[in-house]
Amino acid sequence: MFTALHIGVLALQGDFERHLHHVHLLHAATREVRRGADLDGLDALIIPGGESTTIHKLIDRFAMRDILTGFLKQHPVWGTCAGSILLAREVDDDRITPFGIIDVAVSRNAYGRQVHSFFASVNARLGKNQVILPASFIRAPIVSDPGPDVCVLAEYEGHPVLLEQRDCLISTFHTELHDDPMLTRYFLEKVLVATHGRSDSSAYRSAS
Amino acid sequence: MNFEDKEYKIRVGLAEMLKGGVIMDVINPEQAKIAEQAGAAAVMALERVPADIRADGGVARMADPDIIEGIKKAVSIPVMAKCRIGHFAEAEILQALEVDFIDESEVLTPADYENHINKWTFTVPFVCGCRNLGEALRRVAEGAAMIRTKGEAGTGDVSEAVKHLREINREMKKLTVMSEEDLYRVAKEERSPLTVVRMVAKTGKLPVPNFAAGGVATPADAALVMKLGAEAVFVGSGIFKSSQPEKRARAIVTAVTQYADAKAVAECSRGLGEAMKGISAAEIPEDKLLHVR
Repeated sequence: MFTALHIGVLALQGDFERHLHHVHLLHAATREVRRGADLDGLDALIIPGGESTTIHKLIDRFAMRDILTGFLKQHPVWGTCAGSILLAREVDDDRITPFGIIDVAVSRNAYGRQVHSFFASVNARLGKNQVILPASFIRAPIVSDPGPDVCVLAEYEGHPVLLEQRDCLISTFHTELHDDPMLTRYFLEKVLVATHGRSDSSAYRSAS
Repeated sequence: MNFEDKEYKIRVGLAEMLKGGVIMDVINPEQAKIAEQAGAAAVMALERVPADIRADGGVARMADPDIIEGIKKAVSIPVMAKCRIGHFAEAEILQALEVDFIDESEVLTPADYENHINKWTFTVPFVCGCRNLGEALRRVAEGAAMIRTKGEAGTGDVSEAVKHLREINREMKKLTVMSEEDLYRVAKEERSPLTVVRMVAKTGKLPVPNFAAGGVATPADAALVMKLGAEAVFVGSGIFKSSQPEKRARAIVTAVTQYADAKAVAECSRGLGEAMKGISAAEIPEDKLLHVR
């Protein structure tokens, strides 16, 4: 079902291999994105967990900001943890200029240092299904102040942890560290819907 | 020993987040800021870098808590710290200080020549050095969430790290084609639990991230260990013992991300000034080598 999709994973720093592995499990084609040119022909991008300050610096160092901004405005994107920070409207760290793809505010490392990292089973609404996601919160951020167009798909202890706005999905936790690619499947379904909407897409032709 | 434990996965998870990054040794908040500014994924808080430990001699111990606190305040990236091999009281102190990762390190003077720390009893994740598959398997069995090569720290000579990486990779490949009987034998010979041996035999990889450390001094060194299969790189003395630490730190970060692109590594290698002078590991007498600890 996903074989016609080409999914990029930003591979500047972080747990990009785990995301590539989950996308592989679902039989979509993958590509590590280390340069702006690597975005050519991709249907969607995943921005992994890692150090948001490091990934942010490397995006600017390799002159990827403009091309990424253009890509993110036209394609589905999923940001996990550090990725969610980079996609937000505002971040509580003035060293980071986020892409502003999703209308939320984010606080970095908001649960504290690594000894406060934790595992939780998170109840989430994915489309019509209510599911339980295995979720690792690792030096995780906290999302606040979602705008009117943002849909909260899951909360944990009073904070939204999984949100979407049109083709943008963010999670403050990691499911890619666990075996079940449930959330990756949900994202790829979103990508499939989005690419069907674009008549020039190869995914549209081969899937229809 | 439960590799499916959720808390264990949280510890390994932070190691996963550090992949593709550079972890830099720093001895004060100023150096920590330089490291963060250069794009380090984490810093290692120390009292002395390995080259100075080597030069000064004496007993090398866990850093003063004030140094660790100062560095924690200076940066927002994860802060690691080293404890002596087997010194679980130092490790408990580091956990109480809320460092993000503990390096049970051969760079410090060992506190116990027979036992490593039981790392399963800690909330904070541990990284341990190793020279060969047997050491890696035993450290994983003890609960390490990350493995790194020992290399020969404080030398600026990458040859030992290369040797350890190649050795571990070669041994892991062998396991993947072995019969069950041979796996029993390897477990016996390497004094490692059969469960861990089987995990490696099944995937050809360690069940935790495998980073390189010990002697990395240039962007080319960093690219070399990445090409040999390291998933991230520790740089100890190589940065702050060089003539232009800011530039060199930045260049090594670039080289780790773009290691597959020789043009990019060439470009970032320009104009860095002098690398640390270093010492050839082959010239160090056996009793002064750190990696045999």
